[in-house]
Amino acid sequence: MQHLWLIPVLPLLGFLLNGLFGRRLAKGAVTAIALGSVLLSFAWVVKTLVGLGALETAYIERYFTWFQSGDLRVGADLSVDRLTAVMLLVVTGVGSLIHIYAVGYMTHEGGYYRFFAYLNLFMFFMLVLVLGANFLLLFVGWEGVGLCSYLLIGFYFLKKSATDAGKKAFIVNRIGDFGFSLAMLLIVITFGSLDFGAVFPAAASKPESTLTLIGLLLLLGACGKSAQAPLYVWLPDAMEGPTPVSALIHAATMVTAGVYMVARSSAIYLHAHAAQEMVAYIGLGTAVFAATIGLAQNDIKKVFAYSTVSQLGYMFLGLGAGAFSAGIFHLVTHAFFKALLFLGAGSVIHALEGEQDLRHMGGLRTRIPVTFWTLACAWVAIAGIPPFAGFHSKDAILLAAHHHAPWMYWVGVLTAAMTAFYVSRAMFLAFFGEPRGHHHPHESPPVMTAPLAVLALLSLAGGFLDVPKFLEPLFPLSEGAHDFALVAISVVAGLAGIGLAALFYVVKPGLADAVANALGGLYTLVYNKYFVDELYDAAVVRPVETGSREALWKGVDAGLIDGAANGVASIARATGGLLRLIQSGNIRSYATWVVFGSILVLVAIGLVGGGAR
Amino acid sequence: MLTLVLFTPLAGLLVLLLIPSSAKNAIRLWANLTAFAGFLVSLPLVSRFDKSNGGFQMVERADWIPSLGAKYLIGIDGISLLLVMLTTLIGFLAIFYSWTAIEDRVKEYYAMFLLLQTGMLGVFVSLDFFLFYVFWELVLVPMYFIIGVWGGPRKLYAAIKFFLYTLAGSVLMLLGILTLYFQHHQQMGFYTFEIADLMKIDMPLGLQQWVFWSFFVGFAIKVPMFPFHTWLPDAHVEAPTAGSVVLASVLLKMGTYGFLRFSLPLLPKASIDQTIVQALAVLSIIGIIYGALVSLMQKDWKKLIAYSSVSHLGFCTLGIFALNPNGISGSVIQQINHGISTGMLFLIIGVIYERRHTREISEYGGLAHVMPKYAIVFAFAMLSSAGMPLLNGFVGEFTILQGAFETNWVWAAFAVTGVVLGAAYLLWLYQRTMLGQVTNGRNLNLPDLRWSEMAVFAPLIAWAVWIGVYPKPYFDILEKPVAQLVERVRPGYFAGPPPGEAPLAAPPVAPVAPAKAGPR
Repeated sequence: MQHLWLIPVLPLLGFLLNGLFGRRLAKGAVTAIALGSVLLSFAWVVKTLVGLGALETAYIERYFTWFQSGDLRVGADLSVDRLTAVMLLVVTGVGSLIHIYAVGYMTHEGGYYRFFAYLNLFMFFMLVLVLGANFLLLFVGWEGVGLCSYLLIGFYFLKKSATDAGKKAFIVNRIGDFGFSLAMLLIVITFGSLDFGAVFPAAASKPESTLTLIGLLLLLGACGKSAQAPLYVWLPDAMEGPTPVSALIHAATMVTAGVYMVARSSAIYLHAHAAQEMVAYIGLGTAVFAATIGLAQNDIKKVFAYSTVSQLGYMFLGLGAGAFSAGIFHLVTHAFFKALLFLGAGSVIHALEGEQDLRHMGGLRTRIPVTFWTLACAWVAIAGIPPFAGFHSKDAILLAAHHHAPWMYWVGVLTAAMTAFYVSRAMFLAFFGEPRGHHHPHESPPVMTAPLAVLALLSLAGGFLDVPKFLEPLFPLSEGAHDFALVAISVVAGLAGIGLAALFYVVKPGLADAVANALGGLYTLVYNKYFVDELYDAAVVRPVETGSREALWKGVDAGLIDGAANGVASIARATGGLLRLIQSGNIRSYATWVVFGSILVLVAIGLVGGGAR
Repeated sequence: MLTLVLFTPLAGLLVLLLIPSSAKNAIRLWANLTAFAGFLVSLPLVSRFDKSNGGFQMVERADWIPSLGAKYLIGIDGISLLLVMLTTLIGFLAIFYSWTAIEDRVKEYYAMFLLLQTGMLGVFVSLDFFLFYVFWELVLVPMYFIIGVWGGPRKLYAAIKFFLYTLAGSVLMLLGILTLYFQHHQQMGFYTFEIADLMKIDMPLGLQQWVFWSFFVGFAIKVPMFPFHTWLPDAHVEAPTAGSVVLASVLLKMGTYGFLRFSLPLLPKASIDQTIVQALAVLSIIGIIYGALVSLMQKDWKKLIAYSSVSHLGFCTLGIFALNPNGISGSVIQQINHGISTGMLFLIIGVIYERRHTREISEYGGLAHVMPKYAIVFAFAMLSSAGMPLLNGFVGEFTILQGAFETNWVWAAFAVTGVVLGAAYLLWLYQRTMLGQVTNGRNLNLPDLRWSEMAVFAPLIAWAVWIGVYPKPYFDILEKPVAQLVERVRPGYFAGPPPGEAPLAAPPVAPVAPAKAGPR
């Protein structure tokens, strides 16, 4: 027994302690509980992985039957294989760093204990998500992280925009869950189980059409959680949450859950060709689409948010191209450099007392040097400059894409160039040139810069962790030779992006505005994020609202049904009214009725009786 | 044993009548003690229940009106056990909660509640159709008065609407009962209302269909199913808090229970008839989606929850007419779940109504700031109602959907949209009432939950977590009776190949093929 359950339960204890008693505890105690639980969980992960050794096959611990109905039995089972191991290290490792950083970042905020309680609860659900040995347990984590995301986006619950964003995230995710739920139902029908260990080995023997449908439905779920088109709209808004949340949940861990889920279900996708193709298309489409939006954003967190959407698209491209391990590899490196980008951005915002607009920054390079130099590491990593982390994983994905379909490679390269451009743009606008704001920037405390430094190291060197090799027992490495020309082209694209940004924002400031003006309508379109939110609002949200209110509630409910019911009542009343005329209480009229009635009866008897004779 | 459970409230009521009306606190105390005793005496039912036995247990039988063949015959199986436990707990909590909420005609109020309690328990334990009908009608009267006397401004309209609607249903149901009664006499030569006897008669499909529809009207109005639901929002809005809680948590389940106890086993041919099954599934699905959409647009907090009940009960009836073990056990569990979570939601409204005397959502906003404990409890209730995993609602919903999917995947596909919309109306309600700045000055100094109020919520939250984390005991209790029910309606269901290989309706093997004529 490795006691896997301790890994998620430790943060859950942190949540319970801080959630129940945090209000009355000293700040130091809250910090100790929150950090301690996550660090212990990380330690337990390391201990477990060391104890499990090579982990050639999945290691499973079964605790109890969660529920059993009809032929379906779902156990509270946790399992670890190499994929889980990677995810566990990322979640608890990066998670711990972000918790440490948050101690500094949130120190002046109200609701300190509440923040850490939510953050610990998130860790619990995220760990259930990656440890669960069946789809339903995965779904528990999946919904749970969604809930925590909702709570943390809306952490500043006095702000309407924040609560709006939280609600939007939850509901859009629920639309994805529509697919996930149906996929699970179909899996039960097809396989008679939800256990990974029962479903995946049997996948090869099932009809491809069923597997394709399962794959597509799962993909819908993944699109919700991992912010892929057409369900990506919640993630940029989610930046309303505190920055450590953006780093932990909306960059490094939760949003990669969809990638994890698709990779976990690789056995299904490998036998569902159309579904896997769809994964590649969605990924590639989202990657390039979100990258173009990122080009024109002025809020530093929004730039990085669209970048996250775009990079997640990259991961899906890798999965769709059959290079599952490359997708997971990019998930890992992305967790390093994107967490760093967000935490660095948080440090910038912290230094500027809440300023997030790039147009009001500038010249910060010398004012907050530690932040700058650590962020620079993330910069080169995401731009795909060798030998830094992003280069290795992006390279693996692009090669797989080329192997799959050469045109996908070229679109991917274009995206890489745009990625390098927008990140460089943000860096140049923030750190170079003259200060454009009226701030007095100050460097963040060591509790914040230390995690930055660790993440910077990982961003620089993380590419040498050979994740694909480690995952080989699960995902066989694709053949495909290491084509030097293809690698060179993507590196050149990255450099070109940086160079272009330097030209626009350092060498010739003003050129950017000129180009934007020259592009006119196209620029407006991109600047306004293609008006997708407005489109959804007009095409979905408002028709549902108006239809529900006017047609259903006022029309059907009040008009039709109550109208009919009241109609029946009116008829009854009218009949009663008529009958009441008879019951006048007047003896003479009663006597008249009696006479009439008697005559009627006599006549009737006469007629009937006469007929019988 | 069961008689004790059934008549404890009534016995308490008799003593209550002896207490002078002016001694309000004595009346309250006695009513609470009675209700608590009612809950305590029901606990042994759980420990004595034998879940390996699929038939009725703890049966008690006595002649009642021999000339009619009506008997005093009561007993429980797993389905009724759960509903009885729900009734005794919710009844006690509702009475406990009323301590401060009701000031005038206290004696009459508690008398009505205790009478209601016996009526509802009687519905769930009766195994004789005549006895059942007596209890069914008995429930109407106290509820009518609870709404009509202690209700809100339009209480008379709501009470009469409630009464007429349900009475209309009952009358039709009575015709159906009498049909069975006379059929039995014709075939077997003696008069009886005993369910076990009535199950033995052999009726042609046409007659079964006729009786089915007559039962349907009675049960569907009670549930309520679309389009018989319009009495519910009015009744809920006007009813006092405790009345709403009992109405939603327990009373509505009488309808779903009726389908399970009478329609299915007594009319198996009609229950499996494709026209009827399709019609009921479609009405359920309309209820799920329609209820959720209308709920979305409500401006009145209580009305919003009332419409959400229509949506949730749609899941319950859909599960029943999936006619397989998953669907039916899911349905029963969801009936309990709805009792817990909607009960909590109505209590939530009661708490704020007692403080502010308005239910307009726009009057609120930012309450989380003023009443943090209240916000947490509300969040629990909301998440439990919205089907968050590890809380109760998810277990029921998922099992029902699984059952529906096994029968017809199109049903499940439509029903799942109800889950999406459920999150939408609840989160939006929560945002508008609890989050943001306090915009209305009158909300600035509202007191947070008192200990006595917390005490009402605590058992419900604990129950919600229990079902969410470890629902297995519930499935175990239901397994046998549900299997019997399925076997009765679909003979040979368990003998045939496992449903994975030969499901009732075509499974979705062709993904690109257009959805077969959808249920709408």
